[in-house]
Amino acid sequence: MVAVAALMTLAVRLQRERDDRYPPPETTEETLYLTSGGALQRLSLGYRSLAADVYWIRAIQHFGGTRQHIYSPGQPAATPQAEGSEPYRLLYPLLDLTTTLDPYFKAAYRFGSIFLAEPYPGGPGRPDLAIALLEKGLAVEPDNWEYMQDIGFVHYWWDHDYQAAGAWFAKAADAPDAPWWMRSMAAVTLASGGNRQSSRTMWQSIAQSATVEYQRNHAQRALVQLDALDQIDVLRPIVERFVRETGMPARDWQTLARAGAIRGTPVDPTGVPYRIQPDGSIDVDQASPLYPLPKEPQRTGARP
Amino acid sequence: MRTIGRIAVNVFRESVRDKVLYNLVLFAILMIGAGYLLGQLTAGQDYKIVIDLGLGAMSLFGLFIAVFIGIGLVSKEVERRSIYGLLSKPIHRYQLVLGKYVGLVFTLVVNVSIMAIGLYAVMHYVAWQFPPEFVATWDVPPSDLRILKAVGLILVELSVVTAIALFFSTFSTPILSAAFTFALWIAGHFSTDLRNFDQVVQSPFAAQFARGLYWVLPNLSTFDVKGQVVHGRPVEAGFVLLAVAYGLTYIAVLLIGAVTIFSRRDFK
Repeated sequence: MVAVAALMTLAVRLQRERDDRYPPPETTEETLYLTSGGALQRLSLGYRSLAADVYWIRAIQHFGGTRQHIYSPGQPAATPQAEGSEPYRLLYPLLDLTTTLDPYFKAAYRFGSIFLAEPYPGGPGRPDLAIALLEKGLAVEPDNWEYMQDIGFVHYWWDHDYQAAGAWFAKAADAPDAPWWMRSMAAVTLASGGNRQSSRTMWQSIAQSATVEYQRNHAQRALVQLDALDQIDVLRPIVERFVRETGMPARDWQTLARAGAIRGTPVDPTGVPYRIQPDGSIDVDQASPLYPLPKEPQRTGARP
Repeated sequence: MRTIGRIAVNVFRESVRDKVLYNLVLFAILMIGAGYLLGQLTAGQDYKIVIDLGLGAMSLFGLFIAVFIGIGLVSKEVERRSIYGLLSKPIHRYQLVLGKYVGLVFTLVVNVSIMAIGLYAVMHYVAWQFPPEFVATWDVPPSDLRILKAVGLILVELSVVTAIALFFSTFSTPILSAAFTFALWIAGHFSTDLRNFDQVVQSPFAAQFARGLYWVLPNLSTFDVKGQVVHGRPVEAGFVLLAVAYGLTYIAVLLIGAVTIFSRRDFK
């Protein structure tokens, strides 16, 4: 027993020595060996649901790992092109395989669409794929109001297509088991889509009806982003007045504080200072958990 | 009947002595580990994955027991030459085969039942970490008895696999019996492809041959409702009854085959 313990300790030390002298690569490139859902269905034999779980965990690891890599210190969150390769490239294939293996995997459709629609650097910024994934779910469960709500939501929040969003919310309201507030959400979207208050109402409904913590956290983050947009609306005229009165560009908050325009450095609801952009506009810092803020919904962006 | 019962009890005792039920320890570790760790990895899907993992482990562990014990039920007696002692007693050969089969199925029933209790315990543990109003929205509540439909059909599938292993063990070596049984188990999960073979081949003969195999080979995918119960989707009683009836019929065919071969076998 003592010999086994001693040899095991020796093995661990040797491994550590080897790692120190010849460090293994920090990251290995992720690869998807099997890309055909049909082949995977066959290979998983009687364990399709379990295989779907494995692919779901891989999708989360890929999404989280890529985000962590992009947001890590020394990694400027710039454009997808600046990353050298296409980040999040495996996200959709992984979610597609997950839902092929387990067509009733609700979380894979719903969270997957959230992941896919999130703009870079928080996600791949592919609302089209988010909608495709949800439509795949609807093909399996045509009466699922949650998928319809999510499609409407992608149109609303990322495409700013309030007509399409309202139409999907109305369709969801007609589905069996849809909550009572779905109809009013449809009406509000069609009447005043793009209005920040209607966005807030929508997110509050989602936060209250969320059945999973991630979904609720996502909605709460969006509500805080709306708070940040409100705060930016207050700061913007202050910066503009400073520029107008002094004739100097507003480069940082210290300059404004010295001139008495503000009392200190304004911070967003997460405590990270806001940033004044070179063109004088104000945004949350890239280090903020709220970055990137959604594009301010505008009716002008609506598609027919 | 009493003789079959006695042989069955002996098979169960022997499997306990052979530490077959130690797999329950592995199952317990797997489930406890899953219940604890999965929450960190799965964005709130730990409950669903715990059920998938529990049902998958029941099926997989049961498969290994059914195959590796099943292939030795008869061949071990022949190898050890204890078959001579057994057959010199007032025991019919069919009683020996049936007793062995019932004993192993009983071992599997005990095994799977304990695993099912363990699965429900972990489901309750995971659900206990969430507010009750949250749990109320889940498709499968922690006391959902629909899970038992999947467990029951896993048992029927394992009983079919045991019968296959026993059938081969009456005339083949343990290694070949294991290979044949695994091959049939895999083929049994490809039955839908065999049925639809005419859509991928031009030859009518090949299509007919595949269709023939579809009818003859055990259709084990019939017993797989894990994907439905984990989402709380309905599994009709009529479907379960037909699947059980199919399983029992197939088992009867295999046991009659095993008894016939074993009765004619010459041990000189």
